[in-house]
Parts: sequence; C-alpha cells; structure tokens
Amino acid sequence: MEKIWIAILLLSPLLGAMINGFRFRSQNYRLAGSIATICVGISFFASVALFSKLLGMPVESRFFNVSFFDWIQVGSLSVPMAFLVDPISIVMMLIITGVGSLIHLFSIGYMSHDERPAKYFSYLNFFIFNMLLLVMGENLLIMFIGWEGVGLCSYLLIGFWFTDKEKAAAGMKAFITNRIGDAGLLLGIFLLFLMVGSLSFSDINSAGLSEDTGWGMLTLALLALFVGATGKSAQIPLYVWLPDAMAGPTPVSALIHAATMVTAGIYMIVRLNPIFILSPNAMFVIALVGALTAFFAASMGILQWDIKKILAYSTVSQLGYMFLALGVGAFTAGIFHVMTHAFFKALMFLGSGSVIHAMHEEQDIRKMGGLKKYMPITHWTFVMGWLAIIGTPFLSGFFSKDEILWMSVHSPRGSWLLWLIGFITAGMTAFYMTRLMTLTFWGKSRVPKDVHPHESPISMTLPLIVLAVLSVFGGWLGVPHGVSSLLPGHIPHLLEVWFGDLIAPIPGLGKANYALEYSLMAMSVLLAAGSAFAAYKLYTEKESLLAAWVQKAKGLHNLVANKYFVDEFYHARIIRPCVEMSKALWEFVDVGFIDKITYIVSNAFQDLAKAVRMTQNGNLQRYALYILAGLFVSLSFVVWG
Amino acid sequence: MISLVLFFPLAIALILAFLPKYWVRPVALFASILEFLFSLHFVYHFDKSTSALQFVEQVAWIPQFGISYFVGIDGISIWLVILSTFILPIIILASWTSIDDKIKTFHISLFVLLTAMLGSFVAMDAVLFYTFWELSLIPMYLIVGVWGGPRRIYASIKFFIYTMFGSVFMLLALISLMFMAEQQLGQMTSNLLSLYQLNIPYIEGAWGNPQALMFLAFALAFAIKVPMFPVHTWLPDAHTEAPTPGSVILAGVMLKMGTYGFLRFAIPLFPEAVNEFTWFFMFLGVVGIIYGALVAMVQPDIKKLVAYSSVSHMGYVVIGMFALNAYGVTGSIYQMLNHGISTGALFILVGMIYDRTHTRKIADYGGLAKAMPIFTIAFIIITMSSIAVPGTNGFIGEFLILMGTFLSDKAMGVAAVVGVVLGAAYMLWMVKKVFFGEAGKVVKETKLEDLNTRELGIVTILIIMVFWMGIYPKFFLDYTQVSVDHLVENISSYSLEVKVGE
Amino acid sequence: MLSSIGEIGLNHYLILSAALFCIGMFGVLMRKNALVILMSIELMLNAVNISFVAFSRYQNNLDGFVMVFFVMAVAAAEAAVGLALAVAIFKRFREINIRFFEHLKG
Repeated sequence: MEKIWIAILLLSPLLGAMINGFRFRSQNYRLAGSIATICVGISFFASVALFSKLLGMPVESRFFNVSFFDWIQVGSLSVPMAFLVDPISIVMMLIITGVGSLIHLFSIGYMSHDERPAKYFSYLNFFIFNMLLLVMGENLLIMFIGWEGVGLCSYLLIGFWFTDKEKAAAGMKAFITNRIGDAGLLLGIFLLFLMVGSLSFSDINSAGLSEDTGWGMLTLALLALFVGATGKSAQIPLYVWLPDAMAGPTPVSALIHAATMVTAGIYMIVRLNPIFILSPNAMFVIALVGALTAFFAASMGILQWDIKKILAYSTVSQLGYMFLALGVGAFTAGIFHVMTHAFFKALMFLGSGSVIHAMHEEQDIRKMGGLKKYMPITHWTFVMGWLAIIGTPFLSGFFSKDEILWMSVHSPRGSWLLWLIGFITAGMTAFYMTRLMTLTFWGKSRVPKDVHPHESPISMTLPLIVLAVLSVFGGWLGVPHGVSSLLPGHIPHLLEVWFGDLIAPIPGLGKANYALEYSLMAMSVLLAAGSAFAAYKLYTEKESLLAAWVQKAKGLHNLVANKYFVDEFYHARIIRPCVEMSKALWEFVDVGFIDKITYIVSNAFQDLAKAVRMTQNGNLQRYALYILAGLFVSLSFVVWG
Repeated sequence: MISLVLFFPLAIALILAFLPKYWVRPVALFASILEFLFSLHFVYHFDKSTSALQFVEQVAWIPQFGISYFVGIDGISIWLVILSTFILPIIILASWTSIDDKIKTFHISLFVLLTAMLGSFVAMDAVLFYTFWELSLIPMYLIVGVWGGPRRIYASIKFFIYTMFGSVFMLLALISLMFMAEQQLGQMTSNLLSLYQLNIPYIEGAWGNPQALMFLAFALAFAIKVPMFPVHTWLPDAHTEAPTPGSVILAGVMLKMGTYGFLRFAIPLFPEAVNEFTWFFMFLGVVGIIYGALVAMVQPDIKKLVAYSSVSHMGYVVIGMFALNAYGVTGSIYQMLNHGISTGALFILVGMIYDRTHTRKIADYGGLAKAMPIFTIAFIIITMSSIAVPGTNGFIGEFLILMGTFLSDKAMGVAAVVGVVLGAAYMLWMVKKVFFGEAGKVVKETKLEDLNTRELGIVTILIIMVFWMGIYPKFFLDYTQVSVDHLVENISSYSLEVKVGE
Repeated sequence: MLSSIGEIGLNHYLILSAALFCIGMFGVLMRKNALVILMSIELMLNAVNISFVAFSRYQNNLDGFVMVFFVMAVAAAEAAVGLALAVAIFKRFREINIRFFEHLKG
C-alpha cells in the first residue's frame, strides 16, 4: 500500500511536469498553474497519508523502505531504485510538498503576465520531483540523482528569462558552482563505498565505522561530502551563486533558493549523522564554515539595495546557522531551523515577490518606502516573517535560532567563539531585516510617480497568510527543554521525540545549565531588539548620522558593499587564468606543438622523397648509366666477392 | 547469422550501385532498418549467463598461415554491434536533405563502412580484424574527402595517415605474434582464442622486452583511433571538415573501434605489460579528459567544441578500462555507447542548425531558444546527457568509470573528477552563447524554422535512448556483466571459449 | 692462344667485340640524337654477335650461330619499332634530341 502512495507521491509532480512540458507554448497560466498546483497538492496529500501511517507505527520500526527495481548492478555495487520514508525524510517531504504547493499557488498570480507560464510550471513541478528523489532516496546515488536534478531545475529556472544575458549567465554560474560541489560529493561517495562497500544509508549508518579523531579516511570522506553541501547549500567558498540566482522568478527564489533546495546539504548531513558524529575534526570544519558563512553573509546583506539580494544573503547566513548547528552535533536543531526557515523565508520571498509584482518588476528598495498602506496583507504577513527571523520570543525563529546558539556553547563540540560569531550575526540579522522593512514598507514613500502599487490577488495573499501563521506558530514543534520547564504544563520538544534515536547523541553532552541558557537567550533577544531599533532610527530619522558613519569608514563600507570582492577574485584568479591557459593549450600545444611535430615528421618524409626523386629525372641516358653501374657492382661481387 | 548481418550491407552497397538515383535513399533507409532488425537477433538470443563467444562461425581462409574467417559475439562486443547498426538508419535519415551530391556513392560508402565496422567488432581472428580495421579507413576517407568542408582534403589525408601510421605497428606486432604462435603451438595461427594462450616473454626492464613492445605497438594503433592525448589532433580536423553523417559515424562508432581494440586485444593479450603501463595510460586518459575539456572551452566553432569534447569523453573510456575492475570496465563499455548516442546526437543537432544558417561560429548565434524552442529543448537534453546529469545515460557510464578509477588509483580518480566540472563548464558556456541572450547575427537575419517531422523523429529516438539507458541501465548492463567479470577476474591469464553447442 | 703474331686467335675477336661494345655503349650513354642512339644500340648488338660467332667457331658447335640469328631478328624488330617511334616523335615534336624527352620523370 505504501508503495502505491510513494509512487503517487513521486510520479504526480513528474506527470505534471510532462503535461505542462508538452504544452509548453500554452499561454493559459490558469490552466497550467492549476495542473501544476494540483499535482503538487496530490504529493502533499500522499505525504500526509504516509505521515499518518508512520504515526501509527511502533517507534522502533517507524519507516518504509520500498524498492521498485534494480537500477545499477555492477560487481559488488548494487543500487536499487529504493526510497526510504522515515521520520527525518517525512519532515522534509512535508516541507517540500506543503510549502511547494503554496508557492505553486502563489506563482499562478505571479506569472500571469509571462509569455511561457506552462514551461515555468513544468520546470517547477520537475523540481519538486527531483527534490523528493533527493530526500526520499534510500541510498547516496538516488539522492545524487535528485541532487543534480534540482541543480538542473535551478539552472533552468534562474535562466528562465533567458533573453537577458545576465540571467542566463547567473543560471550557468549556479550550475557550475554546484558542479564543483557535486564533484566533492562524488569523491565522498567513492570513499564511503571504499570503506563500507555499500551506498545504502542504512548500511552506511550501521556499518560500525570507528571514530576518527585525526584526519583519516573517514574525515576525508565526510569533508568531501561537505564540499558537496557547500555547493548546494551556498556556504563559503561556493556561496557566490546564490545571490546571482535571484535572477530567476521570485517564487523560484522562495521555493528553491530559500525553502528547499539549498537545505539539501543540511539534510544530507543529518541523514548521515551517525557517521558525521564519529569525526570531531570534520564536524569542527563544518561548524566553523557555517559560523563564518553566517557572519560574512549577514554583513554583506547589510549594504545591499536589491530586496531579493538582501533576502538571498540572509538565506546564506541562515544556512550558515544550520551548518553551525550540525557542526556542534545539534542535528535536530539543524533540521528544526531548516523547517522554521522554510516558513519565514519562503514567506518573505513571496512577500517580496508580491511587492515586486506590485511595483512592476522594481527590486531596488531605494525606490520603495511607505508601501504599508498600499499592500496591507503583504505588509502584515511580512512583519510576521520579520519578527520570526530576528528572533522575537515565542515565534518560530526564536526557538530554532536560540537552540542553535545554546547548543554551540553547551555541546562539547562547540565553543564560545562559535557562539560569539553566531551571536553577533543575530544582531546583524535584526539590523538588515529591519532596514529592509523600514525602507520598503515604512517611512516616506519614494515610489516613482508612474508606479501605482496595489495589493496582490487572493491566490498570492493566501499563501502569504498560511506561511505567516506557520512562521508564528511553527516554532512550538521544537520548544527547548529550558523554555518548556518555565511554561505551565510540559510541552515536549516534539521534533526531538519524533526523530528518536535516528539522531546520534552527542558524546559527552553534559546536563543543561538552565540559568546560563536563559541569560544567553535574554542577551540575544536584547541584542536583536537593540539593533532592530537602531536600524529603524537610522533609516528613518538619523540618515545624516548614517551618512557620516559611512563617510568615516569608507574603506570598510566599500569592501562590504562590494561583497568583499569575492566574485572579482574568483574571476581574476580562477576563471580568467583557466581560460587563458586553455587558449594557450590550444594554440601552443595542439596547433603549435603536436601538429607541428606531425608536420615535421611528414615533411621529413617528403624531403626524403624529393631526394630520391632527383634520380628519376626522365633522362633516358641517365637510366642506362644506372643499369651499367648496377651491372658493374653485381659483376664486381662475382669477380672479387 | 553474424555473416548475414556482416555482409548484408555489402550486398546492399552492390545493389545500390545499380539503382536509379531516386531509389537510392528509400532503399538505403529500408535496408538499414532491416539490418538493424537483423542485428536485434543477437539481443534476443544472447545467453547472458556465459562469457563464452556466441553465434560463432568459423571457416578456413588462408590455412597455410592459420588464418580463418572466425567471428563471434560476447558481452563486450554485443552492444557495439547494435550501436553500429542503430546509428546507420539515423545517419541516412539525418543526411536526407543535407547531402545532395553523388548520393549513390555516398550511400555505398556508408554501407561498406558499416560492414567494416561490424567486422572489426565481431572478428575473432587477428588478421580478419586487421582487414576490417583497414577497410574502414577507405569509405571514411571518401566521406570526409568528397562531401566535407573547405579543408576536406587536408583533413581526410591527416585522418588516413594518422590511422595508417598506428596500424603499421599493429601489423608488425601481429605478425610477430603469429610467429610466436608457430614456436609455441607448433603452427602459425591468428586465431585470437589461441593467441590468448600464448606465453609472450616478458623481460623485466630490458630494452626490447618483447611483450612490452608488442603491447605498445597495439596500443599505439588503438590510441590513435580513440584518440588519446597526444595523438588526437586528427580528430578536430576530421570532425570539423566531415559532413554531418561523417562526424556522426566517426564519433558514434569509429572511435569505439580503438577502445574496443584495447579491451579485446591490448589488455588481455599482454597482461604483464598492461600491468607495467597502466599508470601511463591512465595518466594519458586523465590528461585527455582535462586537456580536451579545457581546449573545448575556448573553441569558436561549435563542431570543433564537440570534437574536443569527444577527446575528453574518450579519455573517460580509457581510464575506465585501465582501472581493470568491474566498475571501470563496465562503465567504460557503457560510456562507449553513451558517447555514441550523445555525441552523435550533438553532431546531428549541430548539422541541423548548420543546414539552416551555414555557419558554425558560436559568436554568430545567440537567442536561438526563442526562434527554435523545440530544437533548444532537444539540444539541452542531449547536453545534459553529455555532461552526465543523473537520469541520463551519461551519468551511469561516468559514475562507474570514476568509481572504478578511484578504487584502483585514488590520485587519478580525483583528477578525473575535475573533468566533471570542466565538462559542465564548456557545454553550458556554449549553450548560453548559442541559445540564450539576445538574438545574434544569423538568428536575426535568417528565417529559422523549428524542427520538421523527420528531424523531430531522429531526435526523439535518440532522446528515448538517452533516458532509457539512464533510467534502466540494467537491461544493457546484464548483457555485459558476465563477460566483464570474466575479463577482470582473469586479467593475468585471460582465455575465451566458444559456447558449447555452437 | 697468342702463339704467333701472324695468327689471329679467339682473343682478337673478343677484344674487337669488347671494343665495339664499349663504343656502342658510349654512344648510347653520351649521344643526344635518338637516331645515333639507335645506331649505337645496333653496334652493341653486333658486338655481341661477333663474340657469339667467334666462340661458336672455336668451340666447333653451331649454338652461337643460332643465337646470332635470333639477335639479328631482335635487332631488326628493334630497329623497325625504334625508327618508327623516332619518326613519330619527330613528327609530333619536331625534335630528335633525346634530352628533350623527359616527360616521364617522377
């Protein structure tokens, strides 16, 4: 029975993609959108059905492992087309299909003016299919199909408006950057196969690998996998594609580049958490990269003017938090933040989509302001997202972020340094998000005269409302023990209970010091409130003060506003030398050297032939002389030989 | 049955010579489809449970020297045979309108070429193999030289001489093998199964080490055909100048004769020498992968780009073979088929657009996606297959090869994985320049029509193959598995038998 | 055999034959005129004939004479064909100098 549910779950979006794909010329956005939304809705329904089935099963055998056919079978490698639905993957499936259907619904309105809505929905459905493959795959290779498949969809959707060269280039950049990660992931897969002899998650997790405290093969394998994660989940050094990916339609940014695809790296690590926990060094690298990414991305977000770019850097930064969580062993917190982030970031991206739609494709927040009165629903839902991300107590972001910050101190794998980076980042997050709110919705209107902002249709605001509700209440799925002990009646950490022993415990985790936890929580709430207030003041009343500060720290401002010149560095130091070298290889090695050698050889033969040809000059008497000479030579052999 | 499949094209070539011109294409198409159906006989009746030779036929040819007409099929060659017969109808369809000069000679060349290629895949006698190997040069030489581009004479001669140069050494080694057979087995023979039994002296480190020399002689011939770095420079010229069908058959099947030669001759015949030189060929393969990809990245001409991508892809095939484990060798055989289909398809697609615009300069294009949406979809799907996105055929081959290589030599494996990134870079760069952005010069000036029914048919067949091979590779891998396992397990004392009851 | 000066022996014939042969050969190799070359070839053939006859005489059998008849027949045929060719070439090119005809060079 569950086999049928899984088949429906997977095939429904694929079918939708094919239907819309074959009628890609259709301009009927309502029909195309309805087909696509219904197909994802069916998947959501199937996920819920599987979820309720899982709920009714005993804890120790709470999973479905369904195999459809043998995919690859070579030597001792056997890869079945098998899918695993267990507490971890069902959470992701629910997020993907749930948030996914909301975003599909939103897209109907958003793409109403587009030339090729059917093509768009086809890609979107295909993305859902691949994302489901990614999270449901029972082995690394099925996951890899989805992994590259979502990259492909991301490529197609970023470059959806391909007539713009920049957008096509952004798509290509995303694909190739992801490919670098994928190469690492492949190496990780090979190393794991070498150690375990199987690619199945259950085999790998239960292979009984021993702890690797140094830099052994296991650590290398995990780091290689992490390289894959940095590509897909936009971490240092491969994060550069995500801000550019904002060239795609905004709902795509919400779905792919905020809620689902970019969390694939986190999902992969959580999937393999029993082996990741075995290598403290690999974990430390992950935590450090996560913390640094969170910090630097947040700092870049502060000085952006494009509403989507701010959200993009915010996404990179929040993903950094998730890796920080994973790195310190708080896998549940990581997935928890994936979930809450999916809610509030999808909400804000869709909200920004609603704004952009209303502003006639304007993305520069300097040309907005005071939109509150034109678009009340968008505004109020956006406020919920804003409150959630800056960590307002009892909203979703508060629970998940503070759990991460707390674990980065509390866990023996964590440290005060990591906490400090995360803490400062939380302050910056509050700052740039408030700046975004202030410049877009509040304050004076700077909207150009010819633009008349209007509230979006119900198909666009409905998803916003649903996501706003989720952003507000979603955090109650994971109330920390510290907080729940304060509240009347014990509310368990539902997510932790749900995952059970699928998540490996952190070795040496001490008893929680609630007093410390509360004070850290209070500190971050105060910091967020303070920097939010500062941002509001600076961008409404004290703009002169702001300008003076910018003037004073010109160099730093320049560095950050230009995103630390990372793109320029990559271009000048990696891409250009590579192209130059290729040109040199072609001109000097291929044409200039190898072909030259062949010419030299063939010319040598030609010269030899020319020399021999001299004897054949057509002079009959010369030929007669040769005969004579030949006779003489052969006779002399007879006579003197 | 093999003889029927082998000589049917030759008979058709003869018949075509006497047909009126307007009958040539339909008869050729019909015959090529018939030939393909004949060859499916092997697929239906193939015994997947044995590594022995099947469908064997043996007739004495030059008994004085122990040379016989000896043909058979095993798991290593079966799909290459099918690939050859599969490609031919596609080529005939693809050239339906683009070749209009001397069509009779053209189709005769195609059919003779098919016989030659099939012959080299099924020949189990070294001299017979050599005969077909050399025979294949002549029609290809004509196809490039007569129907090619402006520098066709240069390209065809370069192709011919390069290949000939290698073959000579192979012939030399072949003859010495036969003499060795006379010493060891008491009579001269070129029967491959007997040659496998030979104990070819291997003298450690000595110059004039017979086994190493013979291996290198064979390897040179095959390396040129593959083509491996640094003897690849004939390929870009031949591909660029060849007409579309020539490029397709060259990339699709002829290059595989080289890699097949490695698997059938060079590797099993000379085990110690292979052992000695594995690192060298892996190294050249890896260099080929990266070098081909880098050079492809800066090509201004679409066809040349695809040609260099062939160098890169064939590099994968070579490293997979020399990994000498089941993953590598299987992946390598699979990649031969993939490359035949995806690169063949790329050449066909490039040919279709060339027929419309008469330019292959990337800089002339841009924004083609708007003008020809269906063509664009097809091109992108084939591109995905070429850069090995999972779900397409390319992934299975590349994954197995990389894994096999990594397991046998980690450093080479890591280096080869770099090629995965570069492969995506040059293909997507080209796709971006040609299809995206604003409409380029020729796109604006020419009235471009999207694919017609014939073209769509060709492309659809190829795309179906791309997905079939990517989603259910087991169907294909089942045929090769036993033979490959037999090869990698007995690499030091390889022997092959004829299936009992044949 | 050179028993006395007055007696003419086999060697005299052979020396004569060799001398004639060399003169003919010199003509073939050096002269430019095709007709002269043809005549020189005749001279060479006849030099050979002299040796044949001389040997035949001193050996007391007729084999040499038989050969001479063959040679004469060949010489006649050669003269006929050769002269015909020379005439034809002359008619075509107005030229009989052998150095002019180098069209067959590779």
